[in-house]
Amino acid sequence: MDLIRRTVLKGAGATGVLAGLLATGMLKPTLAYANEWNAAAFGAKDLDVALKTIGADGASANASLVMKAPDIAENGAVVPVDVVSNIPNTSSIAILVKKNPFPLAAYFEFSNGALPDVSIRLKVAETCPIIAIAKADGKTFSTQKEVKVTVGGCGG
Amino acid sequence: MADPMKIRAQMKGDVCEIRVLMSHPMETGQRKDNDGKTIPAHHIQLVSVALNGKTVVSGQLAGSVSRNPVLGFKVKGAKSGDKVTVSWKDNKGDSRTDEATVA
Repeated sequence: MDLIRRTVLKGAGATGVLAGLLATGMLKPTLAYANEWNAAAFGAKDLDVALKTIGADGASANASLVMKAPDIAENGAVVPVDVVSNIPNTSSIAILVKKNPFPLAAYFEFSNGALPDVSIRLKVAETCPIIAIAKADGKTFSTQKEVKVTVGGCGG
Repeated sequence: MADPMKIRAQMKGDVCEIRVLMSHPMETGQRKDNDGKTIPAHHIQLVSVALNGKTVVSGQLAGSVSRNPVLGFKVKGAKSGDKVTVSWKDNKGDSRTDEATVA
């Protein structure tokens, strides 16, 4: 049942995107989204499982991977996070929030001149480390920063 | 169809700074409404940024990205007048594509 629903949604979504992109005449449909949404990684409720799913278990800490995030976030619903990788050949950056119900928050791949430099705003449920993972030349590197949250970001 | 994105692309030296403001509720699927019923997840899953039709950033997001996502990227090798195209697709199959010109 669920599988059928997903397939239908997928089909509908893909058609919409294709139509939109073809209409703009700018993009080849195959270029649009390099990846499907990684449901296994984003659905992982445990940090270690999420890391394993994206192939980042055993990532080594690296000072060239820099994350900017506030020490104290008054509003956990909007926590600005900047991640910059100065590691050569960084191809992707993942951002995880350790104690969120689903730790993996975002994953970006860079190509054609894009710098491994991304800024985003995240919801953070409670005080915990935010973790960034960079992949370069098949190796994974990590950095983390503790963010204190005074008001939780998941509402309700 | 969701509201248009606001896209700003500006050259700073030899690097093009792209900032995108998307309009989306980004429901996590964790919140409950006043009747105690869970509000179903509704969030952007896929994001793609292209420069002159060539994909530069391809991203995947979870519901834990803040409401009305603001994303910032940097691209080398762009020049003023280039076209930046940003598209997203959410878990309900809704999608949106917008364009801006590098200033």
